[in-house]
Amino acid sequence: MDGLNIPLNHILLVSTLLFSIGMLGLMIRRNIIFILMSLEVMLNAAALAFVAAGAHWGQPDGQVIFLLILSVAAAEVAVGLGLVLQVQRRFKTLDMDDANRMRG
Amino acid sequence: MAEMIWLVPLLPLLSSVLLMLGSASFPRLLIAVLGVGSVASAALLTMSIGMDFLADPQPFQMTLWTWMQVGNFSPGIAFYFDGLTLVMMSVITGVGFLIHLFSTEFMEQDSSYARYFAYLNMFVAAMLVLVMADNLLLLYLGWEGVGVCSYLLVGFWYQNSANGQAARKAFVVTRIGDTAMALGLFLLFTELGTLNIQGLVGAANQQWQVGDTLPLIACLLLLGGAVGKSAQLPLHTWLPDAMAGPTPVSALIHAATMVTAGVYLIARTHGLFLLAPTAMMVVAVIGLATSLMAAFTALMQSDIKRILAYSTISQIGYMFLALGVGAWAAGIFHLMTHAFFKALLFLGSGAIIHYLHHEHNIFKMGGLRSKMPVTFWSFMIGSAALAALPMTSGFFSKDQILLQAYQLPGAGPWLWLGGLLGALLTAVYSFRLVFVVFFGEAKTQTEGDTGWRMAVPLVVLCTLSLIGGYFVIPLDQVFPASSGDHPAHWVEYVSISVPLAGVLLAYLIFHSGQLNVDRLVNSSIGQSLRQFWHSGWGIDWLYDVLLVRPYYQLSRLMKGEPVDAFYSLVVALNQTFNHWLAESQTGRMRWYVASMVAGLILLLTMALQISLEAG
Repeated sequence: MDGLNIPLNHILLVSTLLFSIGMLGLMIRRNIIFILMSLEVMLNAAALAFVAAGAHWGQPDGQVIFLLILSVAAAEVAVGLGLVLQVQRRFKTLDMDDANRMRG
Repeated sequence: MAEMIWLVPLLPLLSSVLLMLGSASFPRLLIAVLGVGSVASAALLTMSIGMDFLADPQPFQMTLWTWMQVGNFSPGIAFYFDGLTLVMMSVITGVGFLIHLFSTEFMEQDSSYARYFAYLNMFVAAMLVLVMADNLLLLYLGWEGVGVCSYLLVGFWYQNSANGQAARKAFVVTRIGDTAMALGLFLLFTELGTLNIQGLVGAANQQWQVGDTLPLIACLLLLGGAVGKSAQLPLHTWLPDAMAGPTPVSALIHAATMVTAGVYLIARTHGLFLLAPTAMMVVAVIGLATSLMAAFTALMQSDIKRILAYSTISQIGYMFLALGVGAWAAGIFHLMTHAFFKALLFLGSGAIIHYLHHEHNIFKMGGLRSKMPVTFWSFMIGSAALAALPMTSGFFSKDQILLQAYQLPGAGPWLWLGGLLGALLTAVYSFRLVFVVFFGEAKTQTEGDTGWRMAVPLVVLCTLSLIGGYFVIPLDQVFPASSGDHPAHWVEYVSISVPLAGVLLAYLIFHSGQLNVDRLVNSSIGQSLRQFWHSGWGIDWLYDVLLVRPYYQLSRLMKGEPVDAFYSLVVALNQTFNHWLAESQTGRMRWYVASMVAGLILLLTMALQISLEAG
C-alpha cells in the first residue's frame, strides 16, 4: 500500500496516549458523563491499535475486531446513557461521589 | 387369682398417667379417689393372691411379653412370684395405701394435689415392678423408676431452691451406686449369659466355686447399687437431706419401701452372695458401721425428721448386718417390721408438723401428750418397736438378727456386741424424742389432734407395729435354712435387757433429770464430740471438700473455655483481615479504577522485567 507510511510504533504510541488520557479521565472525573466519554476514548484507543496492527501485518482481523468494538461501544453508550438518566432522576446529581450510598 | 398379678403394678401406673394428663380439670375428690383407690385395689389384689399362695405355696413365673431381642439376649417383661415377692408386695401396697390415705389430709391445702398423687402412684408402680421383676434388667427399670420418683417428690416444693438442691443430691449420690450396679449387670451377663435371676443363680453355682474372684467382684458391684439406694456408708449422705420432701413421702419412700430396695436386691441375689463369703463379710461390716454411725448422729439431732432419717439409716444397717451374716429371713423380717413402725413414726411426725405450723425443732415442742393423744400413742408404740422393747414387732426381728450374728463363726460375737451398742443407742435416741416432744412443758400451740384420714392409718400401723412380730412370713422356700441351735441363754437375756436399759437412760437424762450430763456435754471434748456427731461424723463436710468444691472450681476454670482459645484465635484473625479488606470497599469508583491501574502497572513492570532478564 502506498501513500502515507506511518510506522507502527507511532500509531501504537498515539493509541497508548489516547488510552492513558481515557484512563486518567476515568480516575479523576466525578461527572458520570465524562466518565462515559473517557470510556469511549479508551475503547477507541484499543480499536486504533487493532486497526494499526491489522494494517501492519496485512490481515483483515484487525478491522473485524474494530467493527466489533464499534458495536460494543454503541451498545455501551445506549445502556450508559440510560443509566445516566436514571442517576439524574434519582439523585438529582451526576456527581458519582455524591451518589455513593456505601457507608465504608 | 395368680394370673391377675400384672394388674397390681398396672393400676397405680394407670391412675398416675390419668392424674398427669387430666390434673387440671379433676376435682379434688376425684384426685383423692383415683390416687388412694388405685393403691387400695392393688393392695386387695395382692391380699387375695397372697391368700392363694399361702394355701398352696408354689412359686410361679409369668411372662407378659419379650421386652427386646438382641442376639441371645432376650429379657422379658416377666414377673416372678414367691414368698419374698409376696412380703415385699404386701408391704408396698399395704403401707403404701395407708400412707396415701394419710396424704389426702396432709396435703389438703396444697395446690399441687394431683401432681403429688401422680408421683406417689408412679412410685408405687415402679417399686412393684422392682420387687416383682423376673430378671435383673426389669428390676433395674423399677430401680431407676423409684429413683426418679424419689427425685420428683423430694423436690416436690420446688419453689424453695434448697429442696431442689436436696433432690439433686439424692439423685446424684444414688446414681453413683446405680452405675456400679449397671457394671455388675454387665459383668453377670457377659460371664453367665443371662439376667434371669433364677437362671443366674443356677448358672453361677455351676460355673463358679465358693471364694472365686468373679462372684466377689459381681457381688461387690451389686452391693454398690444397694449401698447407694439404701443409704449405707459411704453413700448415705443423701437421705437426711431427702427429708425436704413432704412427710408422707419420707414415710413411704425414705423409710418403708424404696430405701429397703438394696436389702431386697441382696436378698434376691443371695445365691450369688453365698459364693462370695468376703462380700458377705463386707455387707455385714458396712451394715454395722452404718448403724452405729447413724445412731450416734441421731442422738445429736434436733430436727424431728432428721432424727427419724438417721434412725432409718441405722435400721437398714441392721438389715445389712443380717444379710451379711446369712440371716436372710431375719433381715427381710426386720425390713417388714421396720416398714410398719418407721412409717408409723414418720406419719406421726407428719401429724405433729402439720398441726404445729411446720415446726421441725423438737426442743420447741413439748407437752403434746394431752393435746394430741392419737399421735402420742403412735409415737409411744412406734418408738417401743424401734427400740425393740419386748413383745413389739421390732423386738422379734432385731432379736433374731442379733442372735444369728452372734452365731457367725469368727467375728460373730464382735458383730453382736456392735449390734448391742446400736440397740442401746436406738433406745436412747427414740425415747429422747418421745420425752422431749410429748412430756415436759408445752411450748407451742396446736390446732388439735388428727382428723380421721390421719388417725386411721396411724391406728392401723400401731396395731401392725405391735403384732407384726407374730406374722409368719413364707420365706422357707426362698432362703437356705439357718442353723437351728440357739446360743447360750445369757446372750438372749442381754439382748433383751439392753434396750430396756437404753429407755431407762433416756428417762433419767431427758425426763426426770436425775442423771445430769450437762457437765459432760459442756466439757471441751464433749462439745467437739457433740459437734462431730451432729454433723454426721463430718462426712458431708469431707465430701464437700474432696469432691464438690474441686468440681466447682474445675467448672469455674472451664467456664472461660480454655480449650477453645486456639479456635477463637483463628476466628479473631479472620475477622481482623476481614475488617481490613472491607475498608478498601469504599464504593468510590475512582478508587477502584486507580487501584486496578496501579495493579496493572505493577504486573506489567514485573512481566517486563522477567522478559528482559530472560531475553
